[in-house]
Amino acid sequence: MNLNLKVWRQNDAHAKGKMVDYSISGIDGDMSFLEMLDILNENLINEGKEPVEFDHDCREGICGSCSLQINGEPHGPDKFITTCQLHMRKFKDGDTIVIEPFRATAFPVIKDLVVDRSSFDRIQQAGGYISVNTSGNTVDANAIPVQKEAADTAMDAATCIGCGACVAACKNASAMLFTSAKVSQFALLPQGQVEATERVKNMVRQMDLEGFGNCTNTGACEVECPKGISLENIARMNREYLKANLKG
Amino acid sequence: MSALISSSIARKVVMALSGLFLVLFLAQHFTINLTSVIAPDTFNEWSHFMGYNPLVQYILQPILVAGIIIHFVMGIALEIQNNRSRKIGYVRYNGSANAPWTSRNMIVTGLVVLAFLGLHMYDFWVHEMAYKYLESNPEDPTRYYAETVEKFEPIWRTVIYVIAFVLLAMHLWHGFSSSFQSMGWNNKYSAGLQTFTKIYAIAIPAGFIFIALYHHFNPITH
Amino acid sequence: MGILDSKVPLGPLADKWTKHKNEINLVNPANKRNIDVIVVGTGLAGGSAAATLAELGYNVKTFCYQDSPRRAHSIAAQGGINAAKNYQGDGDSNYRLFYDTIKGGDYRSREGNVYRLAEVSSNIIDQCVAQGVPFAREYGGLLDNRSFGGVLVSRTFYAKGQTGQQLLLGAYAAMNRQINRGKIKAYNRHEMLDLVLVDGKARGIIARDLVSGEIQRHSAHAVVLASGGYGNVFFLSTNAMGSNVMAAWRAHRRGAFFANPCFTQIHPTCIPVSGDHQSKLTLMSESLRNDGRIWVPAKMEDAVAIREGKLKPTQIKEEDRDYYLERRYPAFGNLVPRDVASRAAKERCDAGFGVNKTGEAVYLDFSAAIMRYGKEKALTSGIKDPSDDTVRKLGEEVVEAKYGNLFQMYEKIVDENPYKTPMMIYPAVHYTMGGLWVDYNLQTTIPGCYAAGEANFSDHGANRLGASALMQGLADGYFVLPYTIGDYLSDDIRTGPISTESPEFEHAEKEVRERIEKLMSGKGKNSVDYYHKKLGKIMWNKCGMARNAEGLQEAIKEISELRKDFWENVKVPGESKSMNQELEKAGRVADFLELGELFAKDALHRQESCGGHFREEYQTPEGEALRDDENFKYVAAWEYKGEPKDAELHKEELVYENIELKTRSYK
Repeated sequence: MNLNLKVWRQNDAHAKGKMVDYSISGIDGDMSFLEMLDILNENLINEGKEPVEFDHDCREGICGSCSLQINGEPHGPDKFITTCQLHMRKFKDGDTIVIEPFRATAFPVIKDLVVDRSSFDRIQQAGGYISVNTSGNTVDANAIPVQKEAADTAMDAATCIGCGACVAACKNASAMLFTSAKVSQFALLPQGQVEATERVKNMVRQMDLEGFGNCTNTGACEVECPKGISLENIARMNREYLKANLKG
Repeated sequence: MSALISSSIARKVVMALSGLFLVLFLAQHFTINLTSVIAPDTFNEWSHFMGYNPLVQYILQPILVAGIIIHFVMGIALEIQNNRSRKIGYVRYNGSANAPWTSRNMIVTGLVVLAFLGLHMYDFWVHEMAYKYLESNPEDPTRYYAETVEKFEPIWRTVIYVIAFVLLAMHLWHGFSSSFQSMGWNNKYSAGLQTFTKIYAIAIPAGFIFIALYHHFNPITH
Repeated sequence: MGILDSKVPLGPLADKWTKHKNEINLVNPANKRNIDVIVVGTGLAGGSAAATLAELGYNVKTFCYQDSPRRAHSIAAQGGINAAKNYQGDGDSNYRLFYDTIKGGDYRSREGNVYRLAEVSSNIIDQCVAQGVPFAREYGGLLDNRSFGGVLVSRTFYAKGQTGQQLLLGAYAAMNRQINRGKIKAYNRHEMLDLVLVDGKARGIIARDLVSGEIQRHSAHAVVLASGGYGNVFFLSTNAMGSNVMAAWRAHRRGAFFANPCFTQIHPTCIPVSGDHQSKLTLMSESLRNDGRIWVPAKMEDAVAIREGKLKPTQIKEEDRDYYLERRYPAFGNLVPRDVASRAAKERCDAGFGVNKTGEAVYLDFSAAIMRYGKEKALTSGIKDPSDDTVRKLGEEVVEAKYGNLFQMYEKIVDENPYKTPMMIYPAVHYTMGGLWVDYNLQTTIPGCYAAGEANFSDHGANRLGASALMQGLADGYFVLPYTIGDYLSDDIRTGPISTESPEFEHAEKEVRERIEKLMSGKGKNSVDYYHKKLGKIMWNKCGMARNAEGLQEAIKEISELRKDFWENVKVPGESKSMNQELEKAGRVADFLELGELFAKDALHRQESCGGHFREEYQTPEGEALRDDENFKYVAAWEYKGEPKDAELHKEELVYENIELKTRSYK
């Protein structure tokens, strides 16, 4: 199929970017979206132009590197997938596809479609862990029984890949789903409850410092999350946060 | 404490609590108004009580005003902050793909309701203040019904009221259930609660619309 | 012992590690504060090593090319992690895990290292649970296990089909805790371009900031390379697009021996190639072989009809299906080790029984498992005389709970519903057992340069068992390296900070700059991918699942020519002083073009078939691998001597004191 692409091009963090039009042909429905961009880049290189930079790595939907706002939606029109798992069979011959970077003040553009998501790392660094030493001097794994349901719910929250689609989709660029996924994972496990109070306070503080917006419960994040992380996590974090602050 | 107040979650909780308070107020307001259709005498009686009872006038009324002010000042502050969190917008943003219009446009529905409140205050509160304090009229426990019905005589005012209530319904449609989520209330009862809030969001404004239309089409014949 | 001293401690196998830990030197906590360690790569091995070293008190700098340590490719591991916990009470033990690993590796790994791995495996699970890794659990609240290939016990711990992700996020969290304490400085979007040696010791690296293009010098008292494997030398593999051999290869060029490069694992269950546009291959976890049955049509005409689209797999009758693994290996059936399963698939496809358009695919069928689970579920739910449809529906629910995310992934890529029609799979390059040669302390032949995880060669011999890579990465990083590196660093307590102003750093930086300039100035006509794809084709056709002397000789020649062409004709657009992903790729492919040649040379020299290395000349009449213990029971460690084909071979003889060498049989 033949497609018209409108791609955001921006030389570096300080440059002013703009949308640039490209047309591309010979695209097969079995190709992934990123393989389509590979072909665009191969064409550009052969024409002596600079290829479009975009983040990607594992190309199987788990590393969270790939991003892209495709036709106004993070990771494109399909659901429960990342851009690397989006296949061209979702588009029709002659379609125009608008490709932009994830937009948020806390995700500044580095170049073209590449954005800086280190704000996510800093939120995790503020408290997204259980403070145990890693030397292995701990109790036997089965000495801490965990209710299966709690373990499963914790696992569901823990599947977050940190791609930033929640922020990109949210009209307020809020990072609540991302932050709450980690808070929830630990809040649900007995191992994590020991330092739950400090964790939620520190992570929320960092989240606010990074300049993410406020959650207005639109639910866009949940719909666009490639891993289907539930809004319940946000409620849980709100609860944990209030509990933590009321306790002092 | 200051850290708490400036945190995004605490601000949302303030929005939720003030919103829930206003939802509660709405129910009370609606109940009194409904009597104007069913039993004008009761309406007069209750209105008079509300207008002259010191507890209502000097405690509840200021709380209500504070609730409204907190809700809209915080709402606007959050909106400004939220806009700042995405300084460069998308060329194409397909918001309808993942969230309903009502949830994305609380500021629009909220501001319309706020503007309506201006008119509403002018219609009733300013009138009351003038009646009671400027003109120093004596107490008249029977005047309220007639005054109210009279207000709905002009078609323009009735139309504005109807439109405002439609937007209020949209505001409540998202806001009422959302306030529970903001306060961390999401559990096995949430689905039931959600249904209740949606019914409430439609029923109360629809009731207000009914009352407005009722009075418009049933004027007091002199 | 010659030049290669494995430094495996003497004494009984089970006591070696404890004894070693008791005897090696330690660095006192106050002195650790004055010692810097660089860790390159932040996957399971690097991330866990960095966190533990920082926790012990060392100043750690981590480097990764990704934008966050959380994205390292360990994250893509699906199925699980082995540990000899024996929670199932099915006869597991440290010895059995050790034995299975040595046997699975076709007797080409070091006894001492493997036993240590088995010994610390239980500790990994304890550690990860304490860190909040949400492993799957039984209703009683205790940990659940599943089975993997090549073993007769259930020792694999898992977190849905995302075990690697959960373990990596655990290590990442441990790193974050240390970053927050200021003990780790994380250099993300940075790539190591060279290793710097001062007085023969590894003392730092040259790195490029991938955002600004700035070339930086970083010094340390020791350098840990945990940069993963080199499967991307095949272009198409299950590795991430960015996975590369640069760090290891730069160390090799500076004097670290490269061991067993030809030992590459071809994973049997990957989604087949769909066309020329293909950029990478997607793995379907080995855990699927717990429940899936692998087959091809028994009749040639059926296979042809399927390829032409005239017949559907579900239309083929039970008796006309060839469950070739169950037929050839009745004892292990569909759970034979990966190398065996891969070769068997290739054998059937080469014989003309392949089932997709390209003829390179076999079926992985869940219908039997779905019905079996369905019946079980019907029984436990008290449904009497359920219809077939009910049974199927219940069964599909059970299968979805176990493998839902994998099935969804398959459906998104192939556009077919694997609950209704069998999956198509084919082997693909997945893991490299070879890597930098290390001794028992995980030190390479360069003093102060350590290698951990997939980057080293140490534990898996010629073939790795499923769910063992995660185990090795974390064992190295959490429990081995933090001890053994102290032994070396105890000599450095008075060294003080290492200056980056020395001539050695100067020289290394100059070389790096020259290389980048050369890559940028290639006024040629071909993109980097053009060369990478060509290299991949040579590797897959001549160094892939089956190799022979003639093909390998051709490969050496072709790769060497391709490399020459690359340096003359590659085209790298843009500039080096900004983000430039083409330049990044160019540097990586340049190194693959050298490694590929050494790979072929190693495969050519190893005149036997063992594990993932199958030489067509050395096989039994039934087509099974024929090992030659008399002549090749050694680790081939190659020393860099300029051109890869001139590399010099050093042998580390493998000594088996606790295990009897046998022909590996899964029949």
